[in-house]
Amino acid sequence: MGIRIIVLAKQVPDTRNVGKDAMKADGTVNRAVLPAIFNPEDLNALELALRIKDDLPGTTVTILTMGPGRAAEIIREGLYRGADDGILLTDRAFAGSDTLATSYALSQTIKEMGAYDLIVAGRQAIDGDTAQVGPQVAEKLGINQVTYVEAILSLDKTSITVRRRLDNGVETVMAPLPILLTVNSSAPDCRSRNAKLLMKYKHARTVTERQNEAEDYLYLYDSRPFLNIHEMTVNEIKSIPDQLGLTGSPTKVKRIENVILQAKDAKRLTAADEGINDLMKELIESHVIG
Amino acid sequence: MNNLFVYCEVEDGVVADVSLELLTKGRSLANILKCQLEAVLIGSDLKDIEKQVIPYGADVVHIIDDPRLAPYTTAPHAAVLIKLFGDEKPQIALMGATPIGRDLGPRVSSALHSGLTADCTSLEIGDHEDKKAGKVYKNLLYQIRPAFGGNIIAWIINPDCRPQMATVREGVMRKQILNTNYSSRVNHLVVSDYVSETDFAVQIIERHLEKRKINIKGASIVVSGGYGVGSKENFKLLYELADVLGAEVGASRAAVDAGYVDHERQIGQTGITVRPKLYIACGISGQVQHRAGMEESAQIISINTDPDAPINALADYVITGDLSVIIPKMIKYYKQNTK
Ligand SMILES: Cc1cc2nc3c(=O)[nH]c(=O)nc-3n(C[C@H](O)[C@H](O)[C@H](O)COP(=O)(O)OP(=O)(O)OC[C@H]3O[C@@H](n4cnc5c(N)ncnc54)[C@H](O)[C@@H]3O)c2cc1C
Ligand SMILES: Nc1ncnc2c1ncn2[C@@H]1O[C@H](COP(=O)(O)O)[C@@H](O)[C@H]1O
Repeated sequence: MGIRIIVLAKQVPDTRNVGKDAMKADGTVNRAVLPAIFNPEDLNALELALRIKDDLPGTTVTILTMGPGRAAEIIREGLYRGADDGILLTDRAFAGSDTLATSYALSQTIKEMGAYDLIVAGRQAIDGDTAQVGPQVAEKLGINQVTYVEAILSLDKTSITVRRRLDNGVETVMAPLPILLTVNSSAPDCRSRNAKLLMKYKHARTVTERQNEAEDYLYLYDSRPFLNIHEMTVNEIKSIPDQLGLTGSPTKVKRIENVILQAKDAKRLTAADEGINDLMKELIESHVIG
Repeated sequence: MNNLFVYCEVEDGVVADVSLELLTKGRSLANILKCQLEAVLIGSDLKDIEKQVIPYGADVVHIIDDPRLAPYTTAPHAAVLIKLFGDEKPQIALMGATPIGRDLGPRVSSALHSGLTADCTSLEIGDHEDKKAGKVYKNLLYQIRPAFGGNIIAWIINPDCRPQMATVREGVMRKQILNTNYSSRVNHLVVSDYVSETDFAVQIIERHLEKRKINIKGASIVVSGGYGVGSKENFKLLYELADVLGAEVGASRAAVDAGYVDHERQIGQTGITVRPKLYIACGISGQVQHRAGMEESAQIISINTDPDAPINALADYVITGDLSVIIPKMIKYYKQNTK
């Protein structure tokens, strides 16, 4: 008695380790030094799904990601950890999507994917920290949502009980299926790649990837259908064109400004004892401290 | 019609600070737009709740009071806002970037197909000219926030969709009472007009909420550590300094991500905003997302090995050197001089 789970996962630039070399002299981002990674909380979401699969034989886990061609890496990473299959939604028509246009594209794709019991997303993607796509997808699918989930306490064919982690405490919530959950980083970390699955799926590719690669492994794909990563374009979903991409995004960036810091006339000192002694005296005398 | 709405959070009969801060900001934006400010309160046992929001200048207070509406769950609160906004067609809707606002906002914006900008650090009114379409938009809401990629600030607008929605974190705006006798109209809504039985499918079985233990927002001195602190162990130095000075300890996100300190101490765009008398930044480079949460501090000391760290530009005192050497000296000389 398994259930069908869809995991929403996004490839993001690793904004957590933005060192000095991440910025170019002209104030723009040096994307070359920011590795593209599996959004951290989406890994927590995947782990939650995989644990259900461990407990409930017959459960399937499908990863859905929208992004450029290289986001197929996200699906491979998922397969290496135990996901059953994945869909890469990729098309120029989606370029420039804000969260609303993204959730529209994702929800229209999910409608093509057939019946599901559970959708699991990360709480937020670290490139924007908006935490909007999960709830927006749930609304567009007309299903309930439970956000900030860190553990599944029980699950049967019709309902789920979860623990939510809030800023100031926890809540236990029961909800009917199907439902969309968003998962916090307080949930368990994702298991690492499994060596056997790594061997099994290392040649998993999308059609586009295969076209761009050397011929060597092409013979594999007929005999091993599980190596086909399903790629979908705008043509395979029902959509209203003006709800997609840049046109479908109500939010527009009017202006971007580099912040140029005008240095104050600061007092400069070093670790030398005298300077620090004087500083502390000054702060005490001016009643800033003490 | 086309007024400015603020969704107000209520917990145990008390309206959240962030909601009062947004009412204050909303009041000043409504004055510029020459429209009314309307507050929405959804919950249980809300008798006299309007008294908490009217002094902040709400012209209309919508109240919907039903035992099933507290504690907060998504669907019923979303249903109220979706219908109310559908009827009233606000031009702007604001809510707190809190666990509730960030659960509710996207749901409502998705249903109304309206843009939503999270974690704004500033809100302004201004015009926009779309040269390609040859169109001029008057009096849009500029939703201003740092954008990914370091030192950039983005002005985000929603030219065509309404309401223009934004969330703002607690502490970013200042709350200020306008007039304790402000005259306003209270509008009690009937729950069954807005919420259906199926909206209560998600049930809260148990709840353990604690009052916030630390109060960084209210501290007059904040000792804040970044990735440069290097370890959880080294953070003890900062607690020691804070202890001696009667300060609270804050942190950058890099320090939180590295596991040196708890998330509740994070200062910045996606953390807390502070305006202390003195902010001591230790091993913090000063990226724009961090600065957004501390740049209004009255005085700033930066301790950094890098003489050109961006944070130094904000600082009144720049101490160039290793924090593990400097902090113990600060403790020592503070003690010597206060004896
Ligand atoms: C959407 C989004 C939201 C964000 N929100 C926030 C937020 O709310 N708050 C926040 O803080 N960040 C936030 N960030 C992250 C932000 O961009 C920076 O990555 C972060 O603030 C950097 O932290 P840091 O200064 O501690 O680390 P670093 O940039 O790594 O700086 C470390 C500093 O320590 C100095 N140093 C090293 N060793 C020593 C020593 N021994 N003694 C003294 N100095 C030393 C170095 O010279 C350096 O300046 C956000 C990012 C994104 C993308
Ligand atoms: N392009 C995408 N493809 C798949 N999932 C996404 C995408 N964008 C966002 N999500 C999901 O929505 C969550 C919240 O994203 P965000 O609203 O961007 O913070 C992420 O953690 C993902 O689970």
